[in-house]
Amino acid sequence: MSATITTGKNLVESTLQSEAAIYRYVINAGDPWIYEIKKGQYFRIVDLYGNQAVDTLFYNARDYSDRYSAQDTIQQQRNIYLTTGTRLMSTGGTVLLTIVADTCGRHDTLGGACANESNMVRYAIEKRHMHACRSSFLKAVIDWDHGMSKRDITSNINFFMNVPVTPEGKLTFEDGISEPGKYVEMRAETDVLALISNCPQLNNPCNAYDPTPAEVLIWDVQT
Amino acid sequence: MNETVLWEETIQPGASWSHVLKRGTALRLTDLEGGCNVAGIFYNFECPTERYNMPDTLKAQHIARLTKGFVLYSDMGRVLLSVTADSVGWHDPIGGTSNRKLVEAKYGPSTYQQDRNDYHKNGRDSFLVELGKWGLGPRDLVANVNLFSRVDVADDGGLSFVPGNSKAGDSVDLRAEMNVLVILNTCQHPLDPDPKYHPRPAQVSIRRVAAPTADDPCRLSRPENGRGFTLTERYFL
Repeated sequence: MSATITTGKNLVESTLQSEAAIYRYVINAGDPWIYEIKKGQYFRIVDLYGNQAVDTLFYNARDYSDRYSAQDTIQQQRNIYLTTGTRLMSTGGTVLLTIVADTCGRHDTLGGACANESNMVRYAIEKRHMHACRSSFLKAVIDWDHGMSKRDITSNINFFMNVPVTPEGKLTFEDGISEPGKYVEMRAETDVLALISNCPQLNNPCNAYDPTPAEVLIWDVQT
Repeated sequence: MNETVLWEETIQPGASWSHVLKRGTALRLTDLEGGCNVAGIFYNFECPTERYNMPDTLKAQHIARLTKGFVLYSDMGRVLLSVTADSVGWHDPIGGTSNRKLVEAKYGPSTYQQDRNDYHKNGRDSFLVELGKWGLGPRDLVANVNLFSRVDVADDGGLSFVPGNSKAGDSVDLRAEMNVLVILNTCQHPLDPDPKYHPRPAQVSIRRVAAPTADDPCRLSRPENGRGFTLTERYFL
């Protein structure tokens, strides 16, 4: 069955009902989440309160070294923004997931995740102590206990984040275009491991200076 | 500038190259014929889990291109390389690299048996083989830069390759701020619309150079880079 309704340029709503999801979990700001999504399952991330950056990585569940690649994804579709129709590519050329619904319209994959070290460079060396996404990613893969380490933490997707590039080659961080309840939904094209850090950044407007919870939902859809 | 050339060599078209570029030396790359692409990934040689980080490089400097005055950041807040000279003006940090499937689809089949050393190389396999020589592998394959190439981003996010970005004789200087494992290849850019397999050679020149001064242009180009240099210098204390 088709699970989507087109509502505008890139804006596509899903027909899947939250009540029918086989899995639901609210990720608090500053927390990681790691979970295996099976081929054919639908995976939705909801920006519950608006303008929350949800830093996300995916891995081929059969081979974690075959992992999400920001460059392969934007090169394949010849566009830097992720939205409905984007195929999330791995370093090995595997289509990991396809975005099938998106009520936000644009997601970033160039801005990466915050880290203690990048915060020191970007804001002040005294910011080292502040909680950051790459610490959450590391905590999650250590707890997952499948031999993953920092080598597996690569350039991620920032769902709900707006990072335009200008024709002069400048990268800008703009106010979010997301709102409470906006969501993005993907179909897993192979078994994937999803790793999320719900971003705790307090130094820039990516979370409107107020990091908030996000919800993840998974459906088994009969086709 | 007080520079001593230590040695020079040519990276043949489609070939790979690697070297530990020591702090206090610089790498000058020269496009010998025009239209060259040099794909690169960079690691802290002493601890290769610290490696070039595309997003940290872009967001610290608010850029989607590389040229003189910008630096390449590791994921640990340190400066691996500084772009100290550049006659090109735009090097691509976002377009990525080619793979076997793309090269075969674009340029047709090619084998060593048939084509000897002109057989078609692709960026991903080239990186993996060169990384393998240093004990690194697929888990170490990260976003790369494409020196001498330019990819424009339109308002709607669309990517377009700009042909003719680099001319014969153009060069770029990368100064090592750490001991940097440099992994390069001269495979064509993945978005190069040229229907022919036509990688170009690049000349490598390794030079001894002075340490960055307090008023170094890369250090002063942004306050972020001042902090990046401070963190890099602390690593060596």
